[in-house]
Amino acid sequence: MPYQIIVCGGIAPDPLQTLEPAMGPAGPALKNEMMLPAVFDPWAAHALYEAAHLARQFPGSSIRVVTLAPKAKLQQVMMTVAQKLPFELIPIDGPGGGFTDAVEVSKVLAQAISAIPGIDMSQFLLFGGWESATRGSGCVIPMVAARLGIEDCFLAVDELKIEDGALVIKERVEGGLLQVSRCSAPPAALAWATGSLPEPPNHPQTGMANMRAMMPALQRAKPAGLTGEGFSVPQATLPAQQRQTQVVKDKPAAEISRELLEWIKG
Amino acid sequence: MDQRLMQGKHMEKILVLLHTEADGSLGRAARECLSLAASLGKYDLAISGADASAAANSAEGSAERILCIAADEFAVPRSSTDSAAAEMLIRTSGATLVLAPGTSRWSRALPMAAARLGGVIDTHAVGLEVVGDSIQVKRWFYRQRIEGTVARSGSPWIVVIEPGAFTATEATPRQATIETQSLELAVSPRTTVEGTISTAAGEQTIRPDAALLFVAGAGWTKKQKDGQVHFADAADRIQTFVHKSKCSLGSSKSLVDLSSEGEAVLPFLTHLHQVGQTGSTPRHRKGLATCCHGEEPHVVGWRFINERRAVNLDPNCGWARGKADVLYVADAFEVMKELNALLD
Ligand SMILES: Cc1cc2nc3c(=O)[nH]c(=O)nc-3n(C[C@H](O)[C@H](O)[C@H](O)COP(=O)(O)OP(=O)(O)OC[C@H]3O[C@@H](n4cnc5c(N)ncnc54)[C@H](O)[C@@H]3O)c2cc1C
Repeated sequence: MPYQIIVCGGIAPDPLQTLEPAMGPAGPALKNEMMLPAVFDPWAAHALYEAAHLARQFPGSSIRVVTLAPKAKLQQVMMTVAQKLPFELIPIDGPGGGFTDAVEVSKVLAQAISAIPGIDMSQFLLFGGWESATRGSGCVIPMVAARLGIEDCFLAVDELKIEDGALVIKERVEGGLLQVSRCSAPPAALAWATGSLPEPPNHPQTGMANMRAMMPALQRAKPAGLTGEGFSVPQATLPAQQRQTQVVKDKPAAEISRELLEWIKG
Repeated sequence: MDQRLMQGKHMEKILVLLHTEADGSLGRAARECLSLAASLGKYDLAISGADASAAANSAEGSAERILCIAADEFAVPRSSTDSAAAEMLIRTSGATLVLAPGTSRWSRALPMAAARLGGVIDTHAVGLEVVGDSIQVKRWFYRQRIEGTVARSGSPWIVVIEPGAFTATEATPRQATIETQSLELAVSPRTTVEGTISTAAGEQTIRPDAALLFVAGAGWTKKQKDGQVHFADAADRIQTFVHKSKCSLGSSKSLVDLSSEGEAVLPFLTHLHQVGQTGSTPRHRKGLATCCHGEEPHVVGWRFINERRAVNLDPNCGWARGKADVLYVADAFEVMKELNALLD
């Protein structure tokens, strides 16, 4: 049976960048937010690789990526992501930062997905990242699922296997354990953690083919119309704590280990 | 330190929403949530899961009303049944502010309940404050890199409390007998929960109760000064230390990526050990990093580690730049061998 997979994923600043909040009249943003190089949100990227893996096993499956992000930035990010695997992009133009409301974002994403023609719930899998690298709420996928009437939602997923049409899913739970669940059939929502697949290599031909459809889609991207009503972030600051690191050189290993033991026991 | 909401002028009707553990008890995160609520004054209590009403009796004493859902279908962690239970309990209570522990179970189900209730939700709350006559929630943004507060006007507002952010006080016995109201709810789940498994062949991962987090980095698998790699020695140093010190074991992304690509490196490390931006942010009093560079995407996972030491051959590694209290510029193979011998 083929699957209709929709991956919700945003963009995030490249994790190696220094981030600094700046207060504006509409609340906080990142300093030079539009200048910061961005990446496809890391956990959502894992969801996308898992989607590709599943689609390869079940011919006829489709992958669509629904993204709410500033479209100029999204276009830059897609230059790389589009080279990884074939998919259709459904962009929504709007702020992609961490200081927006997960509740409102989930409404916009659910509306965009509902408007896609030809969705068959008996083949439908909603994928996304467990938490974004921006807001980090872990709420968006379960809320989109609920708004689409999906009751079976899995969070922090590391593995999906199809067994006789059933979805066998491993999710991270407390204490370094994985919970194993069996969902009889789609629809289901899976918010992925790291999974187990490596990042696919870039494939320029796939990138070119994807971009031919993505460029017009980006041009047509509708504004998200986020209002931020009922939600505000009155304060955003960098943590004050910067440690005074003591750098210990030329100490014999035996002495270091004694010092460490004392510290561990203390 | 706890950043508790002072019993004050806020206008919220508060519900503490808990679930029981598999054995019918209330977990630590649930107790933390209860003692946070007790510091606020009046609240109602709702519990779902196995033996929910017995758990309600053992809970903190000042709840004004107690609601339970305890049918068998609600015993296992599962989105469809948990979100339905949460939705019904919140609706019945009429609460405007719901405090719930950030367990894996509630993290999966409560956003769904919020969406169905037309409510709002914030997760990973590490503090609550009264500002004017309303409440603000403290949480982190950008994976523990920016600290902020959130204010809301929507309702019901579900605030999911980060485990470990507040201290659990001893439960005080119930003062007055309040009748526990049991609710009935019909569900027909399509998912069966088959149980839990541990991935790493018996190896310890992050253990919230350990005082020390020990982190292994990719340096353990790199060529050493003799020009060779020493996987067996690395595995021995790490595992011996974990077993003897009973610490929590974490890892950098680079190291777990190597392991998961099937290379014969340190197969006992998996993504569940990974600390950092795309891994976990555990809470421990102390942390010791070895053979790990201390780059920002890794170190954001150390936000809640109070005392930090690192052993690295490179005096200019990330830890040296204000990220550790002490950096030992030394060979971790040698240091850990000596340390393991001292632990005998
Ligand atoms: C989107 C994204 C998300 C990321 N998320 C994470 C994350 O969640 N967690 C994470 O960890 N990383 C993450 N990273 C990767 C991160 O940027 C670093 O690449 C990674 O943490 C480096 O791991 P490492 O320090 O173990 O390895 P390396 O950078 O290879 O460092 C190895 C260190 O070992 C030292 N060493 C070698 N031999 C010895 C010895 N005998 N004794 C002592 N020291 C020795 C070396 O001096 C070196 O500093 C992410 C990156 C990106 C782009």
